[in-house]
Amino acid sequence: MKEISIYIHIPFCIRKCYYCDFTSFSNLNEKIPLYMNSLKTELELYREKLLAYSIKTIFIGGGTPSAIEGRYIYDLLVHLYKNFNLSKDMEITIEVNPGTIDKEKAKIYKEAGINRVSIGVQTFNNRLLKSIGRIHEVEQIYESYKLLRKEKIENINMDLIFGLPNQTLEDVLFSIEEAIRLGVEHISHYSLILEEGTQFYNLNKKGKLNLPDEDEERLMYHKATEYLVEKGYSHYEISNYALPGFECRHNLVYWDLLPYLGIGLGSHSYMENKRFFNTSNILDYIEKLGSKLLPIEGEEIINKSTEIEEYCILGLRKIKGIDKNEFKKRFNVEIEDIYGDVINKHIKNGLIIDDGRSIMLTKKGLDLSNLVEVDFLK
Amino acid sequence: MEKIKQENIRNFSIIAHIDHGKSTLADRLIEKTGMLTSREMQEQVLDNMELERERGITIKLKAVRLVYKAKDGNEYILNLIDTPGHVDFTYEVSRSLAACEGAILVVDSTQGIEAQTLANVYLALDEDLEIVPVINKIDLPSARPDEVKKEIEDIIGIDCENAPLISAKDGLNIEDVLEAIVKYVPAPKGDPKAPLKALIFDSYYDSYKGVVCYVRIFEGTLKPGMEIKIMSTGKTYEVQEVGINTSKHVSVDKLEAGDVGYVTASIKNVKDARVGDTITDKNNPTKEALPGYKKVVPMVYCGIYPAEGEDFNSVREALEKLQVNDASLVFEPETSAALGFGFRCGFLGLLHMEIVQERLEREFDLNIVTTAPSVIYRVTKTTGEVLEIQNPSNLPPATEIASMQEPIVTANIMTPSDYVGAIMELCQNKRGKFLNMEYLEEKRVVLHYEMPLNEVIYDFFDALKSKTRGYASLDYELKGYEESELVKLDILINGELVDAFSLIVHKDKAYERGRSIAERLKDVIPRHQFAIPIQAAIGSKIIARETIRALRKDVLAKCYGGDITRKKKLLEKQKEGKKRMRQIGSVEVPQEAFLTVLKYDENK
Repeated sequence: MKEISIYIHIPFCIRKCYYCDFTSFSNLNEKIPLYMNSLKTELELYREKLLAYSIKTIFIGGGTPSAIEGRYIYDLLVHLYKNFNLSKDMEITIEVNPGTIDKEKAKIYKEAGINRVSIGVQTFNNRLLKSIGRIHEVEQIYESYKLLRKEKIENINMDLIFGLPNQTLEDVLFSIEEAIRLGVEHISHYSLILEEGTQFYNLNKKGKLNLPDEDEERLMYHKATEYLVEKGYSHYEISNYALPGFECRHNLVYWDLLPYLGIGLGSHSYMENKRFFNTSNILDYIEKLGSKLLPIEGEEIINKSTEIEEYCILGLRKIKGIDKNEFKKRFNVEIEDIYGDVINKHIKNGLIIDDGRSIMLTKKGLDLSNLVEVDFLK
Repeated sequence: MEKIKQENIRNFSIIAHIDHGKSTLADRLIEKTGMLTSREMQEQVLDNMELERERGITIKLKAVRLVYKAKDGNEYILNLIDTPGHVDFTYEVSRSLAACEGAILVVDSTQGIEAQTLANVYLALDEDLEIVPVINKIDLPSARPDEVKKEIEDIIGIDCENAPLISAKDGLNIEDVLEAIVKYVPAPKGDPKAPLKALIFDSYYDSYKGVVCYVRIFEGTLKPGMEIKIMSTGKTYEVQEVGINTSKHVSVDKLEAGDVGYVTASIKNVKDARVGDTITDKNNPTKEALPGYKKVVPMVYCGIYPAEGEDFNSVREALEKLQVNDASLVFEPETSAALGFGFRCGFLGLLHMEIVQERLEREFDLNIVTTAPSVIYRVTKTTGEVLEIQNPSNLPPATEIASMQEPIVTANIMTPSDYVGAIMELCQNKRGKFLNMEYLEEKRVVLHYEMPLNEVIYDFFDALKSKTRGYASLDYELKGYEESELVKLDILINGELVDAFSLIVHKDKAYERGRSIAERLKDVIPRHQFAIPIQAAIGSKIIARETIRALRKDVLAKCYGGDITRKKKLLEKQKEGKKRMRQIGSVEVPQEAFLTVLKYDENK
């Protein structure tokens, strides 16, 4: 049976962070019950389609999924298990934030079958945490981590962020060190992106953000990578590192251009040669599902040439790059026949290498991946 | 159609500054005379090119024939001849004025008279036209009709006591304008039996009829089947059709002295029927052509090149098509080391140049790269040979040049007196020579300057507008050539000389200009994987240098929850940007770079 992944979006937060532009709300708690019900309805509407697949990974993201009561998550997952086909060895991830999780929640997650938790740590520095609008303090990171381990969650990721205002290289490396010292299986190390509409974006426009310069920022990235690799974490995607066997299977689905269904507010899906996404208006979302209608706001048909483009663009995000044989298997054509010129150009530029088996970004290419990827668009 | 007597014909133009309401008034006149129903009215009937509408200016002139029953009970034919409203088209304006006996002077009652308007009024007075002042926009709260009337009286010396006070927008008192035309504009004279003398005041190419000439008959009669001669070329043609313009062409059996209409005679190119030329009867020619014909010559040149991936031939075809209707546009092929094959094009002025560029892009959907505009320099070589240089790249080495001359214009700048200081400073900066200053009224002055044309085409107009918040207006005409100490300024990108950026400048300005261009290029050229030096040089001497730092980071850290669409949008935007780039060596230079480097810098 074909396999699929499910993304579930929980848009609620205690408070919005200064750099966040996800679909999330900090003042709509009264909508939680209705919203959670709508998620079930949405799943129902996909029932027929979904029954052709077995589910191999589930990712509950946010917002802050841990900001709502644990029973909602439990109910939803149990609903899924009851009604759909499940693969063996499912990876079921939930995102949590320190300060929103307690013993009960950890327990109920475990009971709900969750086997991977991603903690939104960002940094182990209280001054920085405060300056980016996080509600937690470092102490709570340790607490949350301990709680989860106690409940036998054996695959834990920490999201860390670098390139923050007033953050130094030492700050960055200290956070990585702490995560490693605790023994997490997976680390996502994201460079700060200033998204339009966020507080940080506006502050920066006014020149009020003391961001590290590009050279400093790249130094942070490469030093962190070196350190992580030295400690046994393999660098497997631009921003992701894992101990052997702990690569995030759900995220690999995106990068391998495999099918996934996103449910919930503003979620994106890719299946049956289509990308489509839901409305980001919570009232719309609830209303549509109240009348048993899919809350889809837009879709794009992915024809073969677009699929090839996306396969390459996403494939290059992986450190091992694009496997030429797999490309040939999937598309029935050699990658060189389509992108020979582009590949040569960027080999010359020193941004990619071709080791005979795969095409992958060089160290410099990792810094300038957009320059390469843009040429893979036809 | 029954022939109306000559004494009941009125031929007139409308003179107005941009935005003072010429087109709106023309619309109202057409409405009031009942030739068109309101439903048929396209907003602004006379300006029918898309670009004209957008810029609010009239580029090509047209004529329209109105029938008006006046209060005296007689029916009159009113021939409205439209004129282009910009300094680049002075000659064309003068020729359409020459086709009239009178002109309506429209002045915005909130603004007062402007430099260009005044220049056109003087042209009209040169042609002995009767000026009928009309005060527009009196519906606006800031209208000050009495002051404006007095201003017109003081400046031009025409009586404004009976000037209609109108609002063209609201259609207020339009009838007064029509009555004033009938009353004050003299009827045409001329003998229908005399040898033919017809003035071409506009022509355009029609793919079915060939060139259509708009004409004013001064003497004689023009009929289909007649053999005519164009006097400047001596070429002869057989008349196919004559007619008048109502809302469309209507053919008639003849045009007589006093009439305005069109004629077609299987003429293949507008160059053979230029504005200002005289048409006469081949078999019974007039002795003398009408005065005032001149072949207009381009004043401003630039290179136009196909952008990356654009076809050279499609650019040529488009230019050819434009030229069919625009006798003042000239072009010839040239090559640039940086840009490949392209064309050196000559224009009447900067506006004309911009209009052509925009038409190439919009009407022909072409992607083009334009090089810095240049004027024609006269270079005397040490051998005594004299060259005319329109392309800075063709300038001989400094050692072979004995002397150089550049074109000088006399510029008239009309401005509220508050800005005199700022304008004087600006003109001085542009090597202007102050001639004198006249007070038009207490708060308005006109400054007269002599100025090198190459300074005017650089960023003078933008600077003037910026320093006077748009209140100053400019009018200039070529005075002649003067000797000047000029040098060729080269720009090197990543060590490579980019000929398309080369400029001829006065030696005292070279340093400043070089630095400013280098700075701007630094801003418009995107960062590359490697650092890019940008240098300005005179000969082998580097006079300015900037460096575009290497791009260190261009990566998207995260694809949120499978939102690939967002990432692709980002890349597509980047891709779109690349399409507008021109590859020069290993550097991608945006097309805008070629023009933006010449635009006025507010912060300077």
